[in-house]
Amino acid sequence: MKRTLGAVFAAGLAAALMSSAAVAQTTVTIATVNNSDMVVMQELSKKFEEANPDIKLNWTILEENTLRQRLTTDIATGGGQFDILTIGLFEAPMWGERGWLVPFDTVPADYDLNDVFKSVRDGLSHDGKLYALPFYAESQMTFYRSDLFEAAGVTMPEQPTWADIDQLAAKVHDPDKGVYGMCLRGKPGWGENMGQITPVANSFGARWFDMNWEPQLETPEWKEALTTYVDLLKKYGPPGAASNGYNENLALFADGKCAMWIDATVSAGFLSDPKQSKVVGKVGYALPPYGKFNKGNHYLWSWALAVPVSSKSQEAAQKFIYWATSKDYIKLVAERSGWATVPPGTRTSTYENAEYLSAAPFAKLTLQTIETANPTDATQEKVPYVGISYVGIPEFQSIGTTVGQEFAAVIAGSKTVDEALAAAQASTKRAMQQAGYLN
Amino acid sequence: MPRPSAKRRLAIGLAGWSATFVMFFPILWMGLAAFKTETQAIASPPVLLFTPTLENFEAVLARADYLHFFFNSVAVSVGSTALGILIGLPAAYALAFHPGRRAKDLLVWMLSTKMMPAVGVLVPLYLLFRWTGLLDTITGLLVLNTLINLPIIVWMLFTFLREIPKEILEAARIDGARSFDQFVHLIIPLAAPGIASTALLAIILAWNEAFWSINLTAWRATPLPAFIASFSSPEGLFWAKMSAASLLAIGPIVAFGWLTQKQLVRGLTFGAVK
Repeated sequence: MKRTLGAVFAAGLAAALMSSAAVAQTTVTIATVNNSDMVVMQELSKKFEEANPDIKLNWTILEENTLRQRLTTDIATGGGQFDILTIGLFEAPMWGERGWLVPFDTVPADYDLNDVFKSVRDGLSHDGKLYALPFYAESQMTFYRSDLFEAAGVTMPEQPTWADIDQLAAKVHDPDKGVYGMCLRGKPGWGENMGQITPVANSFGARWFDMNWEPQLETPEWKEALTTYVDLLKKYGPPGAASNGYNENLALFADGKCAMWIDATVSAGFLSDPKQSKVVGKVGYALPPYGKFNKGNHYLWSWALAVPVSSKSQEAAQKFIYWATSKDYIKLVAERSGWATVPPGTRTSTYENAEYLSAAPFAKLTLQTIETANPTDATQEKVPYVGISYVGIPEFQSIGTTVGQEFAAVIAGSKTVDEALAAAQASTKRAMQQAGYLN
Repeated sequence: MPRPSAKRRLAIGLAGWSATFVMFFPILWMGLAAFKTETQAIASPPVLLFTPTLENFEAVLARADYLHFFFNSVAVSVGSTALGILIGLPAAYALAFHPGRRAKDLLVWMLSTKMMPAVGVLVPLYLLFRWTGLLDTITGLLVLNTLINLPIIVWMLFTFLREIPKEILEAARIDGARSFDQFVHLIIPLAAPGIASTALLAIILAWNEAFWSINLTAWRATPLPAFIASFSSPEGLFWAKMSAASLLAIGPIVAFGWLTQKQLVRGLTFGAVK
């Protein structure tokens, strides 16, 4: 009896071993954010798995800041937990420079790399090497309520200045009816309020650092930019604007509480989705405003996919990335839920597609803002850094957030512009000294 | 003791109920949001009357394999608690019945390990986990949760064991019971309610542990806190879906706490009613 049992067991074991050899799968773990375009990617990835039965995908989904911290820990310690990382324009060149990412040296011909926007490719490269492929890209634009503008008898110029915006906000501001003239981000953070204020500063001629990495925050240019931003919020902003981030403003605008909002171009998609927005059909789009100079006044951001060198399935990981950022993938999304929902901002072919252009009235503006955003030339005076809405050095996350807190205090009314800029200059200088940029 | 007057009792009752309501409110609000649409969930003024929808639960369950996270949570919380009691009970016994000169210091030192913020040891621990191959494993999370909760387990068990009169043990010794027999036949039965409530608390703490659960796992060993975290988003509306995910995550532990609350309250007030 015992022997029979043993034989059965051995046979079972052999069968198990054989079957596992037959479907030897490469596992690819993808770390990503919970943005709606990524949710669609996860859903459609089943098609990739069907077409590639030897590859099994696993997903780790986290909120942006948690993900950034999680990935940084793993990649800096060579943890090797992930095969595909979702990173931004901020990380890709820095991590590539440190040798943490596998470069995309030999992209397949049918991928048509030249179809991918050059500004985005450049942003994801370091020293001419491409370290990530863009899943979607975005810039900023002006959203306004066309119905309220019509009722107030005003029109939005195609290319407004911040002075225009101030005058328009006064006309459409109607807090008694629960409509605020201007919504902008106040919530402190290098990627929250600072991501919005820095482009404003660029367009008033300001910069973060001079060529010797000396902070340049206590300047008339910064003062003018910050005053413009803060005054708009103080005069026409919703209550508690100092704690409003992207999501809060999106919710306010979608709920009909804002007459104007300047923020990420991807918002256009949310605002035209009746499931998420009460203002469908009442939204007008314009270029982002500028101060004195029409340069560096709108950021460029891209969520891109990269492979860390610590991955054990680099080939399979790249295969998935080629699939998820391809022309065919964009078509797949269009078939699933319509052209208006395809990941924007990555490929020329998308913007040459008549169906997309008619389904997405905001497409041309998105294209224009992405094409004109240049992270290597965003300021009036020369700077030693890359980036429009941020400074492309690792220290900027903490510097930007500290300065963001000072600026939020101005919006909340507990500090003056001068006090905040002086404090920002001092804290930035200290941080740069500690980091060894300055003596 | 005279019975408090009717007025006083009413005041105490009201105060008790309001405190309970304040504490329960966030959970109630989350429960409501889980059944709203995304636009209703963020509407201001808040929508109180609405037709409940199950679409959030559908979306959440369609996107993530709930059971995968659930079983990981069960394994980690129950496993770490069992291991913690196994180590903590003998330690508490030694400290309660055979204290050395430094027993008090030892107890305070144990508790002091809880004072360090977790993020302070993130990188060293991550490296340690990498070298030992424990990253993204149930074993790793289980051992870590045991270590995190061990000070509390020892402290709680120590306070329970201290309540047991030494005379009982003396009597047993006179009858010839060895230390091991005393431990198994006297200490454990006498401290059973205490052990049970310690275990319940440790399970709840491990179930809710989020920092390490998110930072040391990728997908294989991810417990429920990672499930909730995956529904937060920097772009777009997510409150209703995240509420639904949270409700699914806390559901089992709330039900568990409900079923065992008698035991828990008895354990927590153990000794006070002698």
